[in-house]
Amino acid sequence: MDNTCSLTADTDNLITERRNSIVTTGKNKSSICCTSDSLAGAVSQRACVFCGARVVLNPVTDAIHLVHGPIGCASYTYDIRGSLSSGSENYRKSFSTDMKEKDVIFGGEKKLAACIDELVEKYNPPAIFVYSTCVVGMIGDDIIAVCKNASQTYGIDVIPVESSGFVSGNKVVGYRAAGEALYKLITPKEGDVIEKTRKLNFLGEYNLGGEKWVVERYLREMGIEINVAMTGDSTVEALKKSPGSCLNLVQCTGSMHWLANKMQEDFGIPYIDVNFFGADNTAESLRKIAEFYDDPEITAHCEALIEREIGAVREVNAKYRKKLEGKRAAIYVGGAFKAFAIIRQLQDLGMEIVLTGTQTGKQEEYERMGRLLSEGTVIIDDANPAEIEKFLVEKKVDVMAGGVKERFLAYKLGVGFIDHNHDRKDGLIGFEGAIKFIREVYATTCSPVWKYMREEKGGM
Amino acid sequence: MPNSDHTRTNHTDTAKLVNENQCHMCMPLGGVVAFKGVEGSMALVHGSQGCSTYMRLTNVEHYHEPIDVASSSLNEKQTIYGGEQNLMKALDNVRRVYKPKVIGVLTTCLTETMGEDLNRIISTYKAEKGEIDTDIIPVSTPSYDKSHTEGFWTATRDIIVHYTRKDIAYHKRINVIIPHISTADIKAIRMILDTWGVEYTLLPDYSMTLDRPFAGKYMKIPDGGTPTSAISEMSGAPVTIQFGLTCEKNISPGHYLEENFGVPLINLPLPIGIGNTDMLMDTLKRITGKPMPKSLGYERGWLIDAMADSHKYNASARPVIYGEPELVYAYTSLCLENGSIPSVIATGSAHSRLIPALEKLLEESDCDEYPVILEGADFSMIEAAALEAGSNIAIGHSGGRLLEEKHDIRIVRAGFPIHDRVGGQRILSAGYGGTLSFLDRFTNTILEKKHSSYRELRKQELLSKIATVTETGFTAE
Repeated sequence: MDNTCSLTADTDNLITERRNSIVTTGKNKSSICCTSDSLAGAVSQRACVFCGARVVLNPVTDAIHLVHGPIGCASYTYDIRGSLSSGSENYRKSFSTDMKEKDVIFGGEKKLAACIDELVEKYNPPAIFVYSTCVVGMIGDDIIAVCKNASQTYGIDVIPVESSGFVSGNKVVGYRAAGEALYKLITPKEGDVIEKTRKLNFLGEYNLGGEKWVVERYLREMGIEINVAMTGDSTVEALKKSPGSCLNLVQCTGSMHWLANKMQEDFGIPYIDVNFFGADNTAESLRKIAEFYDDPEITAHCEALIEREIGAVREVNAKYRKKLEGKRAAIYVGGAFKAFAIIRQLQDLGMEIVLTGTQTGKQEEYERMGRLLSEGTVIIDDANPAEIEKFLVEKKVDVMAGGVKERFLAYKLGVGFIDHNHDRKDGLIGFEGAIKFIREVYATTCSPVWKYMREEKGGM
Repeated sequence: MPNSDHTRTNHTDTAKLVNENQCHMCMPLGGVVAFKGVEGSMALVHGSQGCSTYMRLTNVEHYHEPIDVASSSLNEKQTIYGGEQNLMKALDNVRRVYKPKVIGVLTTCLTETMGEDLNRIISTYKAEKGEIDTDIIPVSTPSYDKSHTEGFWTATRDIIVHYTRKDIAYHKRINVIIPHISTADIKAIRMILDTWGVEYTLLPDYSMTLDRPFAGKYMKIPDGGTPTSAISEMSGAPVTIQFGLTCEKNISPGHYLEENFGVPLINLPLPIGIGNTDMLMDTLKRITGKPMPKSLGYERGWLIDAMADSHKYNASARPVIYGEPELVYAYTSLCLENGSIPSVIATGSAHSRLIPALEKLLEESDCDEYPVILEGADFSMIEAAALEAGSNIAIGHSGGRLLEEKHDIRIVRAGFPIHDRVGGQRILSAGYGGTLSFLDRFTNTILEKKHSSYRELRKQELLSKIATVTETGFTAE
């Protein structure tokens, strides 16, 4: 049985049906195949619709997140994110209706209603998100009706999140379900008056390792306040005030474009795309925001801030660029937004991106990605370990950026690894985050450990 | 004798409906781990894409190894019309890319609810393909009701069912069947068996597949695991030693071998703690007719010596022990024999024989206080019980981290999954040596907390007492 990797292209180990999901910049005239369902047995790195919805909504700190289904779905997402809270810690609890066989046979609606009763009594939460899972979708529990009923009984928002996993292997569908749930939550009820403010909302920011607070500090220095982030460190009350904001920033575009568009249509709030990963991206984003406010004082503060902060990043960049220039990097992440941010930062360090890809990228995002990359870079949609392994070896990659599942594959091949996953504990945002990022890239790419691995390799 | 009636709680007995902060995971996860202990094997989860990814993630975070699990990636259409075509395609693709000798096909909540008939689909697949050199083993693992513990036992049993036959010649190799333990513990058990010089087949053996020495390359299916040829001969073994005291009969692999092939079953607790390890030694003494090897005798002596060194510190511990039933039983006995009376003993699983086993153990231990025992527990129950009982240390997996964060009840990490520390797979507690290494970690956790807090605590306690003494010399109380 030959199951080891080899330095030659072992195409026998790749699945022919995946051919159109892998392209090389400059070579392929045809466009990449993406946004389709994962191929059975291909060992996709993707998760499911439920996962997408759960990661987007989870950071709402004071809401109860109730997973309606058998135990596994909740168990695997218990306290899944590194999102920080300035107040309530409710969001870190993992609630499940823990469906049993009889609930599957006779229907789980009664149990769901009883669980909601129990949670209201115990926690008196301002809102409950009820996530549907595969089995619930399959047996057809009417979670919308149960939620509506509970909302009326308790006078709080009990919001169904339609996230049955089997609907798609693509998390993006779950992002949409989360967006719809948020939209339901923030849409003013009859008679509600939302005060209009000069504050902005920060969409697609999850306060991983306190990242929202970094940007909040920058904006405050410029004279701008954040109304609420979606959803990092948010509360139900703050979210409900979001329609009064004058602007939406959209950071993680995959998860939040739908909601941003909806808020533009219905509440007249314009949005701009921002990206606070990397010094140049941060500076650009701050300038865009200042431009929107069109206030000389804000602009002056913005420029002063950038000037003060960017110098430190440039210094660190220059120091480590000497060590990192010419190193070869691979990127495989969940969404294109993250890929763009990492590509730019690694290129700033003089590194060459030789492989990149995402789980959920769209056609236009891949096209944009191609334009950022030099000729000969491999781009993979919905990659699997066999493909990642093949290209890490073939392209002689020095360091890879990605999530937990890719980390140990890289290590096994003696390749450094930069964590950019959603359970990260250290913030990588803004100018200080850029410095942390550069240091992490250096620490892993140039670690002495690879020397021993290479020696071991030679000896085998 | 302690009266246990008021201390037992079973989740299903109470009015509590919501499971808050889970202490267990789903059935197919345990099945995946069991299949990783079979040589040349690959696990395929029949369900939607998320399930296999979650199980991979949980394993990857614990073992720090690349662990591939395939999925039939069902979507809405197949959920309505059946997942047969997807499963067949998945089998094709897995065979092509991984070239496995064995594929374990595990069902999920979704495919169980759909009523997918794995046996029929697989026989159709085999009929269509003709001769294939891949063994395909279906395992039914509906997640509602049961936990990853039962998934592990069920898959192990089904692997044995698949390979064993009646016409196997009697041989000398004993069967050793393990529950879901760390790879370090598997190695420790192997070391004991090797030291005794017995021949054995250990199943499932994921000690090499889930903990790889660096070798300069990535192996899609790593070397190691129990060879299928050895599994098929388990029916001809002289005896089965199964570390499955808490395993229910209907899913017990050892029980299957006994019932169908007359292989006598010796069901032992995990060899963690001195008494439990002695039981294994006594068994091996009986089987081999030889005295215990000297090196193991030394290890036993070192352990007793260390127990004396640490016994007073251990007496101040009121541990809360949680996790999979077999481990919970073993750690409870270890604590009892060190004078640490458990305050709370809990498992997320609701279908084990843990409670009667614990009751017997507690009765024999003659301890002065009786712990709260929780079955089918979640961490909201464990946390409440631990606070009520004044627990000051915990033994268990990362799921209990809020005990530490919120209440400074420090966790001596053991079990699965450990995702907030490195080396979950290297946590050693089996054998005399392993028990000693665990005991040192346990005692040092108590000492670490004592040294970091006793000055402040004593100061507060004693100075506040002085403050209550009035000038006339009588205390205000």
